[in-house]
Amino acid sequence: MKPILLHPDDNVLVLAEPVHAGQTIEIDGAALVAPGDVAVGHKIARRVLAVGEKVLKYGAPIGSMTAPAAPGAHVHLHNMKSDYIASHTRQAVGETTGEDQ
Amino acid sequence: MTIHGYLRADGRKGIRNVVAVAYLVECAHHVARTIVARSDDPDVHLIGFPGCYPNAYALKVMQAIGTHPNIGGVLLISLGCESFNREALRAAIAASGRPVETLVIQESGGTAETIRKGVEAVAGLKALADQTPRAPMDVSELVIGTICGGSDGTSGITANPAVGRAFDRLGAAGAACVFEETGELVGCEKIMADRAITPELGEALEASVRKAEAYYTVMGYGSFAPGNAEGGLTTQEEKSMGAYSKSGSAPIVGILKPGDQPPTGGLYLLDVVPDGEVRFGFPNISDNAEIVELIACGAHLTLFTTGRGSVVGSAVSPVIKICANPETYRKLSGDMDVDAGRIMEGRGSLDDVGNEIFDLVLAVAGGQRTVSEALGHQEFILTYKAFDPIGPACLPLRRAS
Repeated sequence: MKPILLHPDDNVLVLAEPVHAGQTIEIDGAALVAPGDVAVGHKIARRVLAVGEKVLKYGAPIGSMTAPAAPGAHVHLHNMKSDYIASHTRQAVGETTGEDQ
Repeated sequence: MTIHGYLRADGRKGIRNVVAVAYLVECAHHVARTIVARSDDPDVHLIGFPGCYPNAYALKVMQAIGTHPNIGGVLLISLGCESFNREALRAAIAASGRPVETLVIQESGGTAETIRKGVEAVAGLKALADQTPRAPMDVSELVIGTICGGSDGTSGITANPAVGRAFDRLGAAGAACVFEETGELVGCEKIMADRAITPELGEALEASVRKAEAYYTVMGYGSFAPGNAEGGLTTQEEKSMGAYSKSGSAPIVGILKPGDQPPTGGLYLLDVVPDGEVRFGFPNISDNAEIVELIACGAHLTLFTTGRGSVVGSAVSPVIKICANPETYRKLSGDMDVDAGRIMEGRGSLDDVGNEIFDLVLAVAGGQRTVSEALGHQEFILTYKAFDPIGPACLPLRRAS
């Protein structure tokens, strides 16, 4: 399985189809075993990403890493954040409401 | 290709011939909805504004939609005691040469009698609208809007850039193309400003995004739904980069605010985030609020891209739905006009899908019903907002004069 590189400067790749743990994925010509399940449209690390590093997609910064990621690892809410406005999930909205009460 | 438009008395040309029934406060909603239901006609649509307190923006948008080129007649349903200026709305519609009638429930015998009179009035308006002359209409006379809803990680790779290709072709043919939602351009402001036809417009584009960022920061949430994250988008700026690609690659010629009409062809940004202090809550509480604002800017039809799978259409102007995600398309193919997710699976290129969208725009302008029209989707929502008029740098004609 070959994920999509949208821009040569990018440090993440986009999945054109779902990936399952143990499946072989190809990153820059090198074969790699997928460390976990990742859904279509999601991002994986193209190389090692360090905490604080800008995440590049479409050749543009789309946020910063909050935890390190190995090549092929899922890059999402658990290890990156917006540099503008915090993202939210249904769970986070529920928890906020609970605290307010 | 020639489109046979509906030639209105004010010279504008529409691609549909809709009679709108408009409630002017929530208290008149049931009566208006029942009139539409009993009229049982695919070209009789329900629109309205729910609030009882006056709002200049809501009046401007209702006037713009009541005089929209796709509108052939309007029935206003007022309770009677609400603040909405029904006389001003009626006057604007009448001045455009479109037939308009008003029923005030408190003076028309209540619910049952107003419904009876309303169904009769719609039949009369329909008969007048049916006499609208037809005239050839060129692509250059079209106003096309675009919006994304239920975006995911595929939206910015397939459907959005494919709409961008279609926008480039439509704009080159002289159509006015309008993209919007400055809250979903946060992070793209610099690259967008570089496409402005003047430095002053570039600064106005950047300022509109700064305004959106400040507004959404006060709200506490970006223009980012939980489904966006489930679909692989992590941050506002990532969503923005994908949304921005709907605008294609043409120069940006102007900025509109809801209800402003594009004075020329070319690519416009619609600034949908209110001006001044933060009031009235979230700028656009759901996708249809943005579609209504595109229609208020004269959009004859709207290109709607979706990854997670929106099913909506709209009152007044058809919505073409372009599905970004191949898995979503397989689940919801009955709600989609275009399968852009095939790009992910190697079954077509961005240009192939862009050309398909361009061809479909012409077919729908020529009368072909979109999937959401055929399914009876006629969503409409209008809420409170406040805007300052656009500045002098925002319109190409003003700059030239």
